Amino acid sequence: MALKTEHMTLNMGPQHPSTHGVLRLEVELEGEIIKSVQPHIGYLHRCFEKHAEAMTYPQVIPYVDRMDYLAAMYNEFGYAVAVEKLLGIQVPERVEYIRVIMGEFQRIASHLVAVGTYGLDIGAFTPFLFCFRDRERIINLFEMTCGARMLYNYIWVGGLSHDLHPDFVRNAKEFVSYFKPKVKELNDLLSYNRIFIDRTANVGILPLETAINYGISGPNLRGSGFEWDIRKDDTYSVYNKFDFDIPVGKGLQGTVGDCWDRYYIRIQEMGESLKIIEQALEQLPEGDVTSAIPKRIKPPVGQVYSRVENPKGELGYFIISNGSPNPFRVKVKGPSFVHLGIMNELCKGHMIADVIAILGSIDIVLGEVDR
Amino acid sequence: MKNIQEIFDILKEKFGDSILELLTTLPVESFITIAPKKINEVCLFMRDNEELKFNSLMCLSGVDDANGKQVKDENGAVKIEGSTLSVYYHLESTEFRHKVTLKSSAPKENPEVESVALIWHHADWHEREAWDLVGIKFLNHPDLRRILMPYDWEAGHPLQKDYKNPEFYHGMKVPY
Repeated sequence: MALKTEHMTLNMGPQHPSTHGVLRLEVELEGEIIKSVQPHIGYLHRCFEKHAEAMTYPQVIPYVDRMDYLAAMYNEFGYAVAVEKLLGIQVPERVEYIRVIMGEFQRIASHLVAVGTYGLDIGAFTPFLFCFRDRERIINLFEMTCGARMLYNYIWVGGLSHDLHPDFVRNAKEFVSYFKPKVKELNDLLSYNRIFIDRTANVGILPLETAINYGISGPNLRGSGFEWDIRKDDTYSVYNKFDFDIPVGKGLQGTVGDCWDRYYIRIQEMGESLKIIEQALEQLPEGDVTSAIPKRIKPPVGQVYSRVENPKGELGYFIISNGSPNPFRVKVKGPSFVHLGIMNELCKGHMIADVIAILGSIDIVLGEVDR
Repeated sequence: MKNIQEIFDILKEKFGDSILELLTTLPVESFITIAPKKINEVCLFMRDNEELKFNSLMCLSGVDDANGKQVKDENGAVKIEGSTLSVYYHLESTEFRHKVTLKSSAPKENPEVESVALIWHHADWHEREAWDLVGIKFLNHPDLRRILMPYDWEAGHPLQKDYKNPEFYHGMKVPY
């Protein structure tokens, strides 16, 4: 016998613990089944792109920090790479290595938050505490390097604001050997937990064709089984000097491209980042990190679209220069903004409780969605 | 893998006058300019053609070119007249690994560009953003609403170069 259902519109957010910020989802329900999800964004909008037009090129960097505030180091990295392409300058080897080390530490920190809060959303409280305990150590390393814990202004166009602290390499190596076994601990705690698998496997399946058409990138695209990583496929900085693998979704617990696959990619990527950091620390060359910073940044008339592999996906900067010290236009393609656009496609036909599981698995940061 | 000249030749042969020019003089990035009312046909061809297969749209950006004349109105506010608004499309083929940039410009008085949101769903939100912030109207877009600004924002499109903040929004003072 079919149960009588009722059509209902439900507003989830803007204040909701599992939306990871101020996001409103307008959910159309038929009983408990989702008919459509309409995200309403813009609650954090401060028009960074308009601000950038009034700033000189180096002054934009602190604004860039505040987009994806969980991966600020990588936002700076991407911006610096884009402006350097526009200027046509090379930066010293040591700068590139330090950037890669910082970027990969940031990737681990960002994935730890993603994984920890994902568990929290689904009802596992303990992994969250474990993740934040480990993330704290990475943040201490950043604090030691540049004095700030979340918003760094460390990577500059053409160089870095400071050289490394004399103890940095020792502490970083200590962290690597400390964190290696923790990945297994996290697997035991969460990844292979029966309840967690039941909530995430075979939920929110994202087929590869759909993913590419929607512009999905990063761990979410790799979760759908496509080996695509800008660090390898459109390489930048010194990533071609390191040996690392690109984990892809294999449908170990259910179907390829489900929430569990996307989650597990992040766990595996933390291990790969450790590999890169280890190699970079070994090979770290000597040199001056501020020597290549231009005194006046005034790129020639032209434009560039440059992209890097942010922890959350493809972070692209489209910069137009008209020859003045201020950028004429800065457009940011943020992975979170793009990924949120697929919510409707992923949620249709699922139960209401799965919205939280799906939203957590695509890992968004509202600071970047709204910019 | 094809370079931009080969792609330009293929498009020129197929679409003729709709493909306006290929600009390679700027440093770093070259682009192909396409007529705004034909951009959807060109993009559909580029996605489905066996030699091109641009299956992924990396980025879509709206830009106010501000290439017109500065005029002062009676209140002393500066307006830019006769300029164009442009859309840049960055396309990529994940199979052949080639990339290309397209540009389409429309006059600011009537900024109408055909939508590509049904060709790449990725373009949906980016076109809404370009409408919201730059003010480009995308024809045949499935749902062209504001996205980042409030739905009832009446003061115009903030990324236009001559945009002025309103004094009040719903009785709240805007400049802080």
